[in-house]
Amino acid sequence: MTAPLVEMRDISIQFGGVRAVDGVSLDLMPGEVVGLLGHNGAGKSTLIKILSGAYQASSGEIRVNGEPADIRSTRDAKKYGIETIYQTLALADNIDAAGNLFLGRELMTPWGTLDEERMAAETRGVMQRLNPNFRNLTTPVRSLSGGQRQSVAIARAIHFNARILIMDEPTAALGPAETRMVADLIRQLKAEGIGIFLISHDIHDVYDLADRCAVMKNGKMVGVVRTKDLSKDDILGMIIMGKNPVTGAVVY
Amino acid sequence: MTATSPATATTRPTARGVLDALDLDTRMLAMVGALGVIWVVFDLVTGGVFLTPRNLWNLAVQTSSVATMATGMVLVIVARYIDLSVGALLGLTGMVMAVIQARWLPGMGDISWIAALVGGALLAGAVGGLQGWWIAYRGVPAFIVTLAGLLIYRGLAWWMTSGQTVAPLNPSFEVIGGGLDGSIGAFWSWVLGIAAVLALVARAVHARRRRRQFGCLTRPLWAEAAVLLVQVVPVIAFVMVMNAYLQPRTGIPMGIPVPVLIVIAVTLVMTVVATRTRFGRYVFAIGGNPEAAELSGINVKRITVWIFVVMGLLVAVGAAIATARLKAGLNATGELDELRVIAAAVIGGTSLAGGVGTIFGAVLGALTMQSLQSGMVLLGLPSPMQNVVIGAVLVFAVWLDQSYRRGKL
Ligand SMILES: Nc1ncnc2c1ncn2[C@@H]1O[C@H](COP(=O)(O)OP(=O)(O)OP(=O)(O)O)[C@@H](O)[C@H]1O
Ligand SMILES: [Mg+2]
Repeated sequence: MTAPLVEMRDISIQFGGVRAVDGVSLDLMPGEVVGLLGHNGAGKSTLIKILSGAYQASSGEIRVNGEPADIRSTRDAKKYGIETIYQTLALADNIDAAGNLFLGRELMTPWGTLDEERMAAETRGVMQRLNPNFRNLTTPVRSLSGGQRQSVAIARAIHFNARILIMDEPTAALGPAETRMVADLIRQLKAEGIGIFLISHDIHDVYDLADRCAVMKNGKMVGVVRTKDLSKDDILGMIIMGKNPVTGAVVY
Repeated sequence: MTATSPATATTRPTARGVLDALDLDTRMLAMVGALGVIWVVFDLVTGGVFLTPRNLWNLAVQTSSVATMATGMVLVIVARYIDLSVGALLGLTGMVMAVIQARWLPGMGDISWIAALVGGALLAGAVGGLQGWWIAYRGVPAFIVTLAGLLIYRGLAWWMTSGQTVAPLNPSFEVIGGGLDGSIGAFWSWVLGIAAVLALVARAVHARRRRRQFGCLTRPLWAEAAVLLVQVVPVIAFVMVMNAYLQPRTGIPMGIPVPVLIVIAVTLVMTVVATRTRFGRYVFAIGGNPEAAELSGINVKRITVWIFVVMGLLVAVGAAIATARLKAGLNATGELDELRVIAAAVIGGTSLAGGVGTIFGAVLGALTMQSLQSGMVLLGLPSPMQNVVIGAVLVFAVWLDQSYRRGKL
């Protein structure tokens, strides 16, 4: 059996006195989509921000490909092939799509200056795959629509050969057509062996895509279940009641 | 990062289409236009004294120090910081430069002025870095750190000599200030002017070829030529005006003053830094969204320190110009310059909310402020009243800019 791409073991983090994530364990296999569900404030974003290097866990361990991983910054996470689409998108509004896509890993000319043309050309290539109507490559992303901005954030995560992709509510601002394209993209990436965490507070967003669903409540893990073993209503029950249908344990 | 809209540019030659095809920075054009209006009005009310080679030459020299520092202030403000210490740091650095050449190494020839420049640059760069460190790694707001700096450096500038003026300076050093011997003459001015024109043409051709190669949109050829003309004509006009100012006694053309050459070089370098380097890109990213910059793996703290180091180095350049122009080290040199520098950047379109600003705009802003000041001097307005006008203009200019942006977005 292959080692999991990611294993998070007993992860906790505190902000002041608040335990935003409390003893959570979760893993991800190659080519697997794991839905991470829970109410607003359940701790989903905080958990994945620990994996993406934005936060440091107070305790717990992260392993990548079976090896302990030392992730102290988003740069470290990217070295492990972990790419993240943040819920807030994390775009610099005053910079254009290409500038945002390559932010932190700019393409340079032999003279050590930014290679704007090459970055623009590559950006056009990626955007073609995501959102063929996207043409505003040289305007600051501030003036783009919510959906277009989301496309830029998605493009940034998939362009650099991610092996582990974290998508925090990636379709929140997308229309039906674009949402379908993202679903297709997820299936395609999955087929390429990429592991994906798909975060949402709505079971309908993830039910058809996720192999497993992990449900969080108040910073704790309610349970991790195989999606096809349960109905949408069962999982909805987990989200609302915080009750694990297998063990019967309840998170308050 | 300018917008092109090909559809309107290629279909019908409407007025809008023509403007789009030219792909000009309308905001910058408006600034140049405002400056032109100020110049013409002052020329009319002063009875033709303002638009003379002599006055324009002096205007250029007087703008140099503030314009140099304003290019650094753009980066500071774009990254959502502020630097209130530049005037005081200029005073201290100028004093150190004067002391090095007049007291420590007098009669040492070229070594003394080179040591003064290097020493001043090291000092100001290090002080800037220290301020940046307090801001980035110790979390003290830039406003407080640099306000403290204002008090400290001005005090130290006095303490260096207990308030005594330091002179005489090395004659080679004084060239930096652009006195009677501080210009490069007609021949070299033309050499530089022609080189600049050739460089502009080469750049346009190169840019067009690159954009073609990567399948980006290009302007129609006539528009390309028009834009090039808009750049080339001012260059030639500038050289002609600088050469038209004759040395009072000998009648030899002065040509471009050395401090103005320094400003031109600083503007070019800083424009490349701001728009073509990783560092500049990160400065803008931090200003646009600090959290996003951090999440993208940018070391925001380290970039912050470097921003203030660059600001410090530019203060050293400004200090060399100001001190050389005065031909002496005075502890009061550069008083209120922090406000002039910030005003120049802001009038030049740098947004105090961060993320927006251009180097060239700040230089234009400095020139606009100095034009107002010089014009009022020619009109014999008392200096306290000049401040009243400049203050009012600052508020008006920022209001105008904000309205423009709101209408545009
Ligand atoms: N930087 C922070 N400082 C303090 N508290 C925080 C911080 N980040 C998150 N929290 C707290 O941690 C808890 C979990 O927040 P988190 O953003 O992870 O929820 P979520 O499950 O992603 O919710 P949503 O569905 O609204 O995105 C919340 O109570 C929140 O207030
Ligand atoms: Mg969240």
